[in-house]
Amino acid sequence: MTITPKISLKGLHKAFGPKVVLDSVNLDVMPGESMVIIGGSGSGKSVTLKCILGLLQPDSGSIKVDGEETVGLRGSNRKRLQKKFGMLFQGAALFDSLPVWENITFGLLAESKVTRKQAVEIAVENLRSVGLSPDVARLSPAELSGGMQKRVGLARAIANKPEIIFFDEPTTGLDPIMADVINELIVERVKEMGVTALTITHDMSSVRKIADKVAMIYNGNIIWTGPRNDIDSSGNDYVEQFIHGRAEGPIQMEVLKA
Amino acid sequence: MNFLAVIGRITFGFLQAAGRLGIFTGHALAHMFTPPFYFRSLMRQFMTIGYYSLPVVGLTALFTGAALALNIYEGGSRFNAESVLPSIVVIGIVRELGPVLCGLIVAGRVSASMAAELGTMRVTEQIDAMATLSTDPYKYLIAPRIIATTLMMPFMLVIVADAIGVMGGYLIATGKLGFNSSSYMRLTIDFLEPADVYASLTKAAVFGFFISLMGCYHGYHSRGGAQGVGISTTNAVVSACMLILLSNYIVTEIFFAS
Repeated sequence: MTITPKISLKGLHKAFGPKVVLDSVNLDVMPGESMVIIGGSGSGKSVTLKCILGLLQPDSGSIKVDGEETVGLRGSNRKRLQKKFGMLFQGAALFDSLPVWENITFGLLAESKVTRKQAVEIAVENLRSVGLSPDVARLSPAELSGGMQKRVGLARAIANKPEIIFFDEPTTGLDPIMADVINELIVERVKEMGVTALTITHDMSSVRKIADKVAMIYNGNIIWTGPRNDIDSSGNDYVEQFIHGRAEGPIQMEVLKA
Repeated sequence: MNFLAVIGRITFGFLQAAGRLGIFTGHALAHMFTPPFYFRSLMRQFMTIGYYSLPVVGLTALFTGAALALNIYEGGSRFNAESVLPSIVVIGIVRELGPVLCGLIVAGRVSASMAAELGTMRVTEQIDAMATLSTDPYKYLIAPRIIATTLMMPFMLVIVADAIGVMGGYLIATGKLGFNSSSYMRLTIDFLEPADVYASLTKAAVFGFFISLMGCYHGYHSRGGAQGVGISTTNAVVSACMLILLSNYIVTEIFFAS
């Protein structure tokens, strides 16, 4: 019996004016799997994620979630689909006009699923699960350090109990120790909740910690996919250059072309 | 040939912007009248837009009414028509200066604040985060702002501006120009017609709609970081002021052109 991929991308194409960002992206993410997409800046990682989330409409191609085509979904169907997703944004993207507890339970409160008193309790519980004390709940996002903001962002991403969690550059801007703390938290929460995770990053220590499988995107195409342990013996020059951070190789940065 | 190309580009650019604004307005209106309604968010906007704008609107109206009284008295004395002062002050304030000055002040205060707030939310991915939490940004961010501004302008700010503006004229007329208090009030009330008040409130509602629409539209479509937010804020205020002056003429024409 074949298992339906949790997320399946086929021939995904997206251009902004003359600039083709995604050429033809093909990728399957299986249920419960932690897939990490690596690639340089501007290679199309974030656009891929935004297309899956419905924040951007692809020009062509297919995006299936649990076997259901999602391109073109609108209204209540899109809302139903969004409930499967949680997302940790690169800059945490906390709502700075709301206290931490309201940030975490924003989705629940917006749908009137819980009272405000219950929401505070849920927020505190989720804060604990990301290693933050309950007194953080009453603070505003501006009072938090970068690492704390990321943890609150993670708490918000898991508060709605999603089936799929997206992580957009989860360790960018953090010191190595805090980055490792965030990576550990991601691994713990993903395993504990049994969710499917899709992470985009160019931080190789994150990749080695978080990933079950790795995909590399280059020039709008997935050029290599494989288990995390195979990444050092991929035999792919692009992957080799990327994971070792070499300036010399097949990947030519714009600055070198000039 | 180049000249024609420039004209063509400008025309297409204008049509594109008009189309985008039309779609945005349609979405905003649709979300204003369909559930879910976020009353807490609406109440917050009522306070921010209505209550907190009162001091600046009141001061503007007070000094404008006072200056208007001085000008009319001095001008009227040239042909012995000082007695028209109460009637011209009340007509000038209620029909024209109250709503227009209040609109321009609120455009500077509220439209700029909306554009800056939504623009910052856009460039820091807070609006995207909201969408991933199954909350439509049009419903949560746009609709409450437009409803609150469209209601607060006529039913709080312009009523107050009209009353304080007339009061400014009264204070100068009775305190400095030697008018009798009770006859000034009687002349003011006798001269004011319901149509003057209706026109004032209609203008206020129209201005309120344009102020919030421009603030939300430009903020929502911000891009490019701090500079982009700055440009959006400027565009919001300028376009709101232009629409206020244009619609002021149109409403005046509808009400009073014979």
